[in-house]
Amino acid sequence: MSPTMFDRYLRAFSETLTMVSISVAISIFIGLVLAVTLVATAPGGLYPRPRFNKAVSVVVNVFRAIPFIILLVALLPFTRLIVGTTLGTWAAIVPLSIHLIAFYTRIAQVSLNEVDHGLIEAAHAMGFRRWHIVRHVMLPEALPGIVGGMTVCVIAMINSSAMAGAVGAGGLGDLAIRYGYERYETEVLFQIIVILVALVTTVQFGGEWLSRRVDHRR
Amino acid sequence: MVREFAAVPAVVDEIPEAAPAEAHVVFDGVGKTYAGGVRALNGVSFGIRRGGVFGIIGRSGAGKSTLLRAINMLERPTEGRVLVDGVDVARLSEADLMRLRRRIGMIFQHFNLLAAKTVRENIGLPLKVAGVPAAEVRRRVEALLDLVGLSDKADVYPAKLSGGQKQRVGIARALVHDPEILLCDEATSALDPESTASILALLRDINAKLGLTVVLITHDMAVIRAICDEVLVLDGGDIVEQGPVWKVFGDPKGNATRALLSPLRHGLPADLAARLQPEPPPHGGHAVLALRFTGESHPDGVSLANLLALAPDAKLLHGGVDRIQGHAQGDLIVSVPVAAMRSAVGARFSPDSLKVLGYVAHDV
Ligand SMILES: Nc1ncnc2c1ncn2[C@@H]1O[C@H](COP(=O)(O)OP(=O)(O)OP(=O)(O)O)[C@@H](O)[C@H]1O
Ligand SMILES: [Mg+2]
Repeated sequence: MSPTMFDRYLRAFSETLTMVSISVAISIFIGLVLAVTLVATAPGGLYPRPRFNKAVSVVVNVFRAIPFIILLVALLPFTRLIVGTTLGTWAAIVPLSIHLIAFYTRIAQVSLNEVDHGLIEAAHAMGFRRWHIVRHVMLPEALPGIVGGMTVCVIAMINSSAMAGAVGAGGLGDLAIRYGYERYETEVLFQIIVILVALVTTVQFGGEWLSRRVDHRR
Repeated sequence: MVREFAAVPAVVDEIPEAAPAEAHVVFDGVGKTYAGGVRALNGVSFGIRRGGVFGIIGRSGAGKSTLLRAINMLERPTEGRVLVDGVDVARLSEADLMRLRRRIGMIFQHFNLLAAKTVRENIGLPLKVAGVPAAEVRRRVEALLDLVGLSDKADVYPAKLSGGQKQRVGIARALVHDPEILLCDEATSALDPESTASILALLRDINAKLGLTVVLITHDMAVIRAICDEVLVLDGGDIVEQGPVWKVFGDPKGNATRALLSPLRHGLPADLAARLQPEPPPHGGHAVLALRFTGESHPDGVSLANLLALAPDAKLLHGGVDRIQGHAQGDLIVSVPVAAMRSAVGARFSPDSLKVLGYVAHDV
């Protein structure tokens, strides 16, 4: 492999890493906030606000329904507003994050809903404030699922980021398309596939390990 | 001595129903209709004595949990009032209700321990969220671990504990705010007999040592017999009866109560039942009698002399006597030669305490 080609790989790899890590960080934070909001404001929840809950849920569904590549284009004006440009890695991070927020919200929501109602009831009986129930009961008890969901998210993000080449964000997927698809350099395509498989496998195993670490249910 | 067996329903209120002044918790016409129209409680009124162990029994769906959970407002009644120390708990502000709940510990059938926290963290959390300083939390948790005998398990996660140990953690956690009332909803239902016995001993111990009022629900009549002072029987959202355990168990008035208590009673064994005839056989034979002691007139015990006086060759076939709150009560099934019965039995036993179940041709 020529030094220039190696540089291209390195650059693509770091672009992918940047896109994935930043959008995952943003979407996990916001997704978790939204998930807690949805669970807490649901009918019978800690702060029941059925109408507000419905509205948030509909918005999340809208973003869940739109395929990423379409979202990418549809969000261009918004992206320009936020990062000042519609090209490059940062321009991809905006639609990637929004796409993933909706996805992660639902994953985290399921984990939070699975927390045994008896625990919440016990906390009420012990005189916990509602916020303390979220902080000390719901979040820690849902943690294994929340962490497991993160793994799924990182992997989904590695996939979606391959399409971010469309806005010139670079990354491994973009490299594969430009060399492998457009120039018929199947060797590049193959090598990138190997790198992606290695990356996804590492994330998967790392995520599973972390999930086990925080899971004390057995 | 003859009066020993008399089931005279003399109404002597030895332990009077809790007067409002000494009642810790008072239910005043409490009714509950769940959203969807299920009527769980039909306006019940009663008092729970301070410092006692109060049992609630009833069939599944009778409204026991609804009743218990009205004390700490986990379930809000739709009618009536629940007074704790004279305060209507439904009218407390959120902050005051929180304070009240810290004075009322609760333990659950499925323990409801946090899986993500160690035993120590589980017990200490209620204090931590109440803003108690860490050193004080630690001191208090150590004391409670010692009380429930789990000092060596402080740093393990609940998943690694047996059911009995989990319930001990539940009890320690419930006691962490030094409550005045402890609510137990089927706290021993998920435990094996040995763990049940040890948890009951612990509850009794806590009740005696700390003087807190214990209110418990159970499906196990033996639990009531073992540790309760008073028992309330619910059926279909209504109170069937209420009173000292020995009285309700010795002489149950309601059908629901009798049905619930039947596992404790020594009924007629099936093999014997199959051999019974309604009339005495022509050549003598034996009468099978059921004797019932309610513990009312001679609570201190059942005189053997009186049993022997039935007939020299009377036989004890089946039965048992339990001492509940110092009152000996139970059932005995005996066989007596018909000839002896005619002369002796009628004179010695009142019709209430003795029933002729039937006759057998030969000795049993
Ligand atoms: N949250 C609820 N919503 C609607 N109905 C309810 C609810 N909780 C209880 N019920 C109904 O109220 C009645 C009384 O229920 P409760 O749980 O108090 O009974 P219980 O005596 O504790 O029964 P068990 O011995 O089975 O625990 C039942 O008919 C039950 O189906
Ligand atoms: Mg119940």
